Amino acid sequence: MLSIIRHMIWRDMLLAMRRPQDVMTSLFFFVIVVSLFPLGVSPEMEVLREIASGVIWVAALLATMLSLNRLFSVDYQDGTLEQMLIAPQPLSLLVLSKVVAHWLLTGLPLVLMAPLLGVLLGMESEAIGVMVLTLLLGTPVLSLIGSIGAALTLGVRGGGVLLSLLILPLYVPILIFGTGAVESVRADMGVEAQLSLLGAFLALALGFTPWAAAAALRISME
Amino acid sequence: MSTETTKEFSWYHFASPRTFYPLAGKMIPWFAGVAVICGLIGLYIGFFVAPTDYQQGESYRIMFIHVAAAWMSMFIYVIMAIYATIYLAMNVRLADMMAGALAPTGAIFTFVALWTGALWGKPTWGTWWVWDARLTSELLLLFLYLGYLSLRGAIDDPNRAAKASALLALVGVVNVPIIYFSVKWWNTLHQGASISMTKAPTMAATMLTALILMTIAFWMYTIAVVLMRVRSDILTRERDATWVLEEIGGGK
Repeated sequence: MLSIIRHMIWRDMLLAMRRPQDVMTSLFFFVIVVSLFPLGVSPEMEVLREIASGVIWVAALLATMLSLNRLFSVDYQDGTLEQMLIAPQPLSLLVLSKVVAHWLLTGLPLVLMAPLLGVLLGMESEAIGVMVLTLLLGTPVLSLIGSIGAALTLGVRGGGVLLSLLILPLYVPILIFGTGAVESVRADMGVEAQLSLLGAFLALALGFTPWAAAAALRISME
Repeated sequence: MSTETTKEFSWYHFASPRTFYPLAGKMIPWFAGVAVICGLIGLYIGFFVAPTDYQQGESYRIMFIHVAAAWMSMFIYVIMAIYATIYLAMNVRLADMMAGALAPTGAIFTFVALWTGALWGKPTWGTWWVWDARLTSELLLLFLYLGYLSLRGAIDDPNRAAKASALLALVGVVNVPIIYFSVKWWNTLHQGASISMTKAPTMAATMLTALILMTIAFWMYTIAVVLMRVRSDILTRERDATWVLEEIGGGK
């Protein structure tokens, strides 16, 4: 069981490393979206500090969502996905491995890039620390929930925009608690509640979404 | 496979589109009739009999449409998810048709609730829109409906569309409470003391009567419209079957 997960993750990472521009695109998108806000809203540090965590979180949602298209489509086009469906290993396990690889390639870079953007938007170092922690807990949930949408819209015309319509409303709780934690720490309040809830979402999503995404894949591949 | 030979009554009998089609046709006028009667009485009581609110004046009367529509919008989503479950569990095609037919009506009621809410909010709160927990979650419910409808519309193969949208409805209904409570939590954090609608004054009996009548009217309207939609869906899907050709009088 563990070896198949390791192999799947390794394979996806290797494939992504051969074409690094795919991974870089969503990261650059993240950076560009965030840097548009000072231009569009105001260059005043006071204003930016107020909205910083929300801006970075929303940009992270959008960047994750844009990268979700890639999650299954390449394997779908070259027929690997069909092999996964008839493989003896449970499909949900294979989906989970693919999602983990997806997060390592898109979610983790966002988390690592976020402190830099936080500094650009004038966030306090304490707030940056909490934001990174919430992103670390929250972005895997985004990839997990997104995998259901990616599986449902596989090969559907206009899939990209459709995916955003299906998935973004489901991202709302993560966004609320992610930014809520940062606001709490800025107001000198505890952040345990939000972090615990984000952790709970992660645990729930780990248990349920691979199963739902596997069911969605079977529907799409019929 | 003829079910006519067995005299024993069975619900499955009506689960077949062919037998459901004439049954639905017979039921539509009744539900539509009840909807019109209840709607007229409800509107009459709501606009002419119910007393003027001592705080809000006449503007509160939009409540009879607004609250009923908001109730229906949430109720329909749950019913839709139940039909989706029936479809996924038992593979009854009619259940999928029902779920698909409910979604547009649900989306319309959500929109009506938001729209009338804005019209009500302007005179009473002084603003068209506030980021209140209820308003925000109603807006998100509209997005969930739109996602469901778009997914259904984007997939051409009816079988795949049915299964994919049923799964999405289930994912949605699991998420609705999570979304609702997180929005509520977010709202209490952001707005300390803003408009609180939870402390509504006790309603006059006539107001409650009108509200209940309007809800029944909307409910019956939903059933009538959904049955109509399912009937035309049946005709479209079974357009090659002989009974459909006989039904619409084409013959050849």
